[in-house]
Amino acid sequence: MPAFQFTRTPILPEQLRAALADPACGGYCAFEGWVRDSNEGQPVRGLEYEAFEALGVREGERILAEAMERFGAAHALCVHRLGALAVGELAVWVAVSAAHRDEAFRACRYIIDEVKHRLPIWKKEHYLSGESGWVNCERCATAPKQAEREEARHVHDHA
Amino acid sequence: MSAEPRNGGRVPAPLLGLVLAGGRSTRMRTDKAALLYAGRSQLERAMELIAPHVQRAYVSVRADQGQDPLRARFPQIRDLQDNLGPIAGLLAAQAAHPQAAWLVLACDLPLLDAATLAHLVRCRAPERCATAYRSSHDGLPEPLCAIWEPRSAAPLTAYVTRGRQCPRRFLLGADTYLIDEPDPHALDNVNTPEEYRSVMSALLPESTSNPKHITVQYYALLREQAGRRDEALVTQARTAAELYTELARRYPFSLPQEMLRVAINAEFRDWTAPLRDGDAVVFIPPVAGG
Repeated sequence: MPAFQFTRTPILPEQLRAALADPACGGYCAFEGWVRDSNEGQPVRGLEYEAFEALGVREGERILAEAMERFGAAHALCVHRLGALAVGELAVWVAVSAAHRDEAFRACRYIIDEVKHRLPIWKKEHYLSGESGWVNCERCATAPKQAEREEARHVHDHA
Repeated sequence: MSAEPRNGGRVPAPLLGLVLAGGRSTRMRTDKAALLYAGRSQLERAMELIAPHVQRAYVSVRADQGQDPLRARFPQIRDLQDNLGPIAGLLAAQAAHPQAAWLVLACDLPLLDAATLAHLVRCRAPERCATAYRSSHDGLPEPLCAIWEPRSAAPLTAYVTRGRQCPRRFLLGADTYLIDEPDPHALDNVNTPEEYRSVMSALLPESTSNPKHITVQYYALLREQAGRRDEALVTQARTAAELYTELARRYPFSLPQEMLRVAINAEFRDWTAPLRDGDAVVFIPPVAGG
């Protein structure tokens, strides 16, 4: 099994963790990212993940290799969901096994932080208000639209 | 500027512009209207060329092309009939504005210059069915860089009713006023990737980069704003940055290049990395995994 994967079906950690079992490892650390019911004060109904998978898998594998190299972890896995997810669903799962707990904790933290910053994955949130938006893109995206509307109004006024 | 009106003193019909961009581009294998020349799509270029000569310019589109972002920014006239070729666009335009004459221009004439179009308008004979150039290749009328008067509408409709659909043959049989091209290559059109490369090398000094076939995939916000997941295009852009600048003119992208990263052939690359023929490019909006 590749160490980094995307999946469109629910992530099942209890089945995945067996791959990290190793008699030489005394520490196991896992992180689960769940879909939260709000973001920046807006109630969230659900979300969609989309990824550029070819690059995402390559970059994900690189992150896992870096974590093992830097922190001396023995095994590391990461699975990221794609498609539509409801509040409470498991969106990303990271697990590390190592000789001792410190390597496992630090490697696990490194992986989830790098995954969030580096992988070409996009999240569209659907709000209870009926609106939706691409996280980290819309703040900059709405400004020109507003300018266009004002320009259109301006032209209209003088027509 | 002492030319006498050719219609015996009657005021010529007002001239509207119709840029034909509804073809299926089957030989080019990519949307011809979107082909880039000197950084602009053929459609944008044709709309700019025609604008000074007409009261208003429209893009002729097939019924299923109205939402295409490249075409959606211009006033449109939609075909009323399928599978009639360019005549469908002209008939729809004549039906929408029966009192107008139409300066018709195919969007795939990359060598057409302002002077050739101005010459056509100057030579217009409003008392005829149409004014058209005589092809420098075969001597036949060029229907897709021509002025079609309102009086051509009835015989054109009758022609189509008889099952005919070749506008060139229609003009040949009508009282078309034929003029010679000032530049024998101005109306060469471009239907295949080979013709495109040949025209590009004629248009460009040798120091400029050659056109490259590039595929682009769009994700997330860019996918929504481009209205498509991917496309194959031919571009002169030397770098991914130049390519994004070109595409941002065609699509309503709201994200500035500074907020994006770029991948070429599924690896992150610098914006200044040279593009090569066959490259697959992905522009990466701000990410939000986890």
